[in-house]
Order: sequence, then C-alpha cells, then structure tokens
Amino acid sequence: MKALVAMSGGVDSSVAAALMLERGFDVIGVTLKQWEGPDGAMPVAGCCTLSDAEDARRVAAQLDIPYYVLDYVEEFTEAVVEPFAQGYLDGLTPNPCIECNRNVRFDALLDRTDELGCDVLVTGHHARVEKVGDRYRLRKAVDGTKDQSYVLHMLSQEALSKVILPVGEMTKTDVRAYASTMGLRTATKPDSQDICFVTSGDYRDFLRGMHPEVDAPGDVLDTSGAVVGSHGGTTNFTIGQRKGLGVSVGEPRYVLDIEPREQTITIGTYEDLLVDGCTAIDMRSTGSLPGVGDAIDVKVRYRSEPVPATVAEAGERWTFRFDERQPKPAPGQALVMYDGEYVLGGGTIVAA
Amino acid sequence: MTNMTDALYLDHAATTDAHPEVVDVVAKAMTDTNANASGLHGPARAAKNAMEEAREEAASLLGVGRPLDIVFTSGGTEADNLAIGGIRVGDRRTVVTTAIEHEAVLESVEARRRRGDEVRIVGVDVEGRVSPADLVDHIDPSVGLVSVMAANNETGVIQPVPEIADQVKQVDPNVLVHTDAVQAFATQPVDLATMDVDALSLAAHKFGGPKGVGLLAVRSAIAIDPVLHGGGQEAGRRSGTYNVPGIVGMVTAMRITVRDRDANAERLKAERDEFERIVTSAYPDAVVTGAGADRLVSHSHIHFPGTLAETLLIRLDTEGIAAAAGSACQSGAVEPSHVLTAMGFDDIAAGECIRFSFGWSSPAGIGTDAAKRVVAVLEQVR
Repeated sequence: MKALVAMSGGVDSSVAAALMLERGFDVIGVTLKQWEGPDGAMPVAGCCTLSDAEDARRVAAQLDIPYYVLDYVEEFTEAVVEPFAQGYLDGLTPNPCIECNRNVRFDALLDRTDELGCDVLVTGHHARVEKVGDRYRLRKAVDGTKDQSYVLHMLSQEALSKVILPVGEMTKTDVRAYASTMGLRTATKPDSQDICFVTSGDYRDFLRGMHPEVDAPGDVLDTSGAVVGSHGGTTNFTIGQRKGLGVSVGEPRYVLDIEPREQTITIGTYEDLLVDGCTAIDMRSTGSLPGVGDAIDVKVRYRSEPVPATVAEAGERWTFRFDERQPKPAPGQALVMYDGEYVLGGGTIVAA
Repeated sequence: MTNMTDALYLDHAATTDAHPEVVDVVAKAMTDTNANASGLHGPARAAKNAMEEAREEAASLLGVGRPLDIVFTSGGTEADNLAIGGIRVGDRRTVVTTAIEHEAVLESVEARRRRGDEVRIVGVDVEGRVSPADLVDHIDPSVGLVSVMAANNETGVIQPVPEIADQVKQVDPNVLVHTDAVQAFATQPVDLATMDVDALSLAAHKFGGPKGVGLLAVRSAIAIDPVLHGGGQEAGRRSGTYNVPGIVGMVTAMRITVRDRDANAERLKAERDEFERIVTSAYPDAVVTGAGADRLVSHSHIHFPGTLAETLLIRLDTEGIAAAAGSACQSGAVEPSHVLTAMGFDDIAAGECIRFSFGWSSPAGIGTDAAKRVVAVLEQVR
C-alpha cells in the first residue's frame, strides 16, 4: 500500500509520515505550494513558507521518502484567496482554511493521490476517521484542545474511505514526544496560527493590498439606526467583535451587523447580540445528515464548543434553533453538525 | 536516497556526470596547488601557474586571441551577468535578446532595464527558433549588445547564432554579439570563430566539470566592467579568490569534451533518435518539441497531451527515472516555462512537457532501455 502524505513542515504531518512508514506503507511526501509573492517565490513569512517546505524536505530526507513540492497556486488563488477577499468586501467573515480543505486539499489532492498511484491520502490533522462496517465516520480528535474535525466536515464517504489521519489518535504532547524520540527536526516547532497567505499577520493589510478601497470610512449605528460614531472600513469588523469599535458608551458594545453597501456597522449590547438560531447553505454530508426535528449539536465558529440545537429546516437551506440563545454567528463561517463526538456534516452560515 | 548512478539518469542537461579525470585533477589541485594564487610565495606561484596554464588551454580551445580574454567566473549565471551587465559598447545602451534565453540572461537584461537602459526582446517561431531577419530589425545605432543563446536549455533547439552575428555586423559592425553556450558546449562545436561572436559563456558542470565554475570568453580589446567588486582578480574584471581547483577541473573537462565531442555526438544522436522513435510510436499523440529544427543531440523534449508533467515526473522518479520539466523554482515546484510560452504553447500544453537529456556517460543502448521504461510509466499514468 502506498500513502501520499501532505507535509506542511509542521510536527503533526512529520509524525503522520513517520507513522505511515511504521504501519508498513510506501510513503511519498508532498508540500502544496499554494501562495507566492509577485516574483513567484514562496513567501518567507507566515506559514506554508519556503522554510516550512525546507523543514518538510529535510524530514522526508531523514525518513528516506521521496518528497515533492506541488504547484497549486492557481487553484488556491481562485478557490481560496479571491473568495476570502471578496467575502470580506461583502461583509462576511470567511474561513479560508475550510475553503482550502474543500476545494484544494481534499479535492485536487485526492485526485492527485490516484494519479500518483497512491492508495490513501494522509494529513496531520487532529481528527479521527473510524470505519464501522462499510461506512466511515469522522470523529473529534483524542486531544480535544487540538481537535480539527470542524475544518474537515466536508469530507464525503468517498473521501473518508481514502483519508488517514494518524495523529488524530494522539494527544499533541504525544505527537511532540514521538517526534522527539524519532529525532525529527520539527519536534519543537511552534504550531502555526496564521492564515497562510496573510504574511504580515494582519488580514486587513492583506485586503488593503488586493483592494485599496477597503479603507472607505462609514458610520457606526446603534440598534435604532442613529449614528453613534464612525469607522475606517467595514472589513475591519466581524460579527460579535467587541474591540476596536471606537465608540465608548459605558456598557460593552458588540458588532451586530455589517452593511458593506451602506458602509455602516450596527452595534449593540450583548443582549442584542444573542439570537435564537441561524441558517446555513451548501450543506455537505460525511455520511448521513439529520432530519427536521432532530436534536444535534452545532459548532458555528472554530474557537467555540458545539451547542445543542434542533434542525428546523433542511434542504437547500438549513435552519437551526439553538436550545439556548447564542451570540450571533458570523455569516461566512462554517456551521458543523455533531452527533456527540461525530461530525455529521456542515455548510456555510448565511444568516442569523 | 538514490544518487545519479542508481537512477536511470536522463537529466544530463541539468548536470552531467563528472569525468573521473576531472575528479582526480580537482582533488590533486586541492592538495598540491591549494594556496591562494594571489600570494607572492612559492606555493601561491604554483597555484597561479596551474591556473594560468589552464587559462592558456581554455583560450586555445575557444579560439580566443589572448589567455587574458578568458574571465573565470563562478558559473554560467555569473558569466551571463558579466556579459550583459559588464560589456561596454561606448554609450550604446540598448540590449537586444530573445524570449527563450536562460533566466541568467533575461533577468540580467531586466536589471539593465531597471537601471534605465532599453531592452528589446525578439520572439521565436513554433519550432523555437530565432529568425536572423527578425532580430536584425531591432538593430539601430542605440544598440550596443546582442545576446542569443547557442542552443536552448529546455528544447535543445539550436539557434542560428553565426547567421545572426553575420547579419548584425553587416548592419552595424559596432554591435557586439554574446552567446550563452552553456547548454551547447557538450555536444556542439563552440568557439568564438565558429560562432562568429564577440563573447560566450560556459558552465563547467554541463560538460563533466565541477559546479561553481564557468567562464566568459571575449574577443581581444573588449572592455568589461566588473559585476563583483573586491580584490581586483581577473585583471579587475572579476574579484574573488581564484578557484584554482574548479578552474583546472573545468579546463580538463573542456579538453576531454572537445576531444570526444564528435564521437559522443554521433553516438548520442543515435540513442536519442531511437528513444524518440520508440516513445512516439507507443504514444502517437506525443509530440517532439522543435522536431522541425536543428536540435542538440543530447535533448529530447516531448509534449504528452493530457498528462500533467508534474505527475509524470513523480511517477518516473518513483520508478527510478530522473527527468525534468521546464525549470524548477526555489521550492522545487514545477514552473510554467517561458520558453514554451514564447513558442506559442498555452499554459496547459506547457505543463505537459518533459525534457529527457543524455550525456557523455549515458551507456550504450540507453535509447532503447530508457524508452521502454518511460513507456511503461506512461502506461500507468494514461
């Protein structure tokens, strides 16, 4: 059996490659070149940089596996970077990592797995794929603090049948300990946090580079529509944001709405921010989706726990009622449905 | 990991095997003549003497009037940079070159453009050839330097450099002509007289010498401004401690190459032609790039419609076959080729081409062996 391992140059995918060798697979390591500067060079700051590729290459050499850099710049720019920028211009809060997994990593790369004569695609994501009979289920990682099942919700049965996530079975501490025992150079490398193509660390600088018009100023409104301040561009804001509103009115205020056409944002109290439910589209299933009336858990942002909800509408549009009112989810983010530890599927939030 | 001798090595155009005599000469120079050749003592004189002997031999092999018209460099890239950036032609500041040059030339002319000089880039036909008439159309009294490669590194297509030089000189004898002969030297007669040029660049590792050494040969009386500044070596034209082992290694490789060139070329042409015959009969939709032009006998550049070069290269590598596509960027990803774009390939077709290249060390029968193994991999992919 032959495995194609997507190696980012981080510790998780380094260990994933080593574990596949241990399991007796023939292993090929690849790094996706997703983003480049104007001169065609890989970026030197942020993540997925030239030095990350070099780390991956050196780990591959240590493991004595072939290693290649694959050019996905065009696919990535089209499927991830441009929608990311456009999403912000449209007042959304896009999740580029999910778009990348959806349209590049687990789409193009699964095709590539076949083309290269490999049987399985392996990544360093923290999540688990379990086989029950002839069905596959996507489960949260053993290490709850590192769980990445949210960003993998788009994996279909067919994809899950070809994907192996070896480090999902380990805690991050164990991953680092294993890397250290193996003498892998990435053992103590810090986790990446940034959006890989936002090399300055601030997505606003990045947007400004692509779309100078993002700095268009506008009004800050209260819930009655009265002007209570001004702002330097709607892309500086995301729903639920509390900091940087430039308005001081005693009780904390949160962004409730972003209207890019009017160039306004609306702010209100925490109470104003709470909503009963939300709507998502483009629902993808990992195997079987719930039906109307089913009680499930939904996770509406990367850094929050799933909360109990009921499916109120299913089909083209999916509407969910939260058991308890929740801070308003940001349109553009992913909504992922869980049955306990298992991912049922997910889509993109359009309204709340 | 595999080394060059384990693999079925079809990437001689990138780097060919070092001649065993070269390895010996380099090792010997690193023990016997390893002093800094700029010193005044005996060991320095020995090193300097070894180098100057090599310079005389290089001058003779390249038809250069005086040994000092050879400037040793760190390789082909530096030689091209020195030619484009350093050759002075009075106050004529326009440079004419072609769309298919190596990046060492294209980026050097780009650097001159940034400094305010005019740059004129001449296109090629579908076979990848520069037309002398097209090029001559770009000559006017502002032009000081013309640079046209002797043969393209990707396709192997040989450029009509003597005709171009002749026609340029007829229009304006004051224009100087440089040729990047890095890829051609291994299998083609290359010297100033044959090429009818004023300057030429070579890189040792393309013909069995070490990496990190090359040269720029110029006609006598051509003035060169340095690109690398420092201690004033190479008569002030190229500073940096003399790389004596590299230089004597390169000139040894030049001697062997020139001695064996005709015999090698004849043998490689037969192998290459057999390789192409077998591959294209197994895959009739495969198209040999530049088949209608004169090509280096070492090169076989083939378009496989519908097969991504990146995928094919990895499958070939998996089977122990070393080949290449376009040029690799710093990260190692396959980049679209400006050469193929200039020939009219669209982005998709340009991403479906593989270069197989042969060299002096390619064993007898490699054409048939390589073709069979490549066809077997193609069968897996298609």
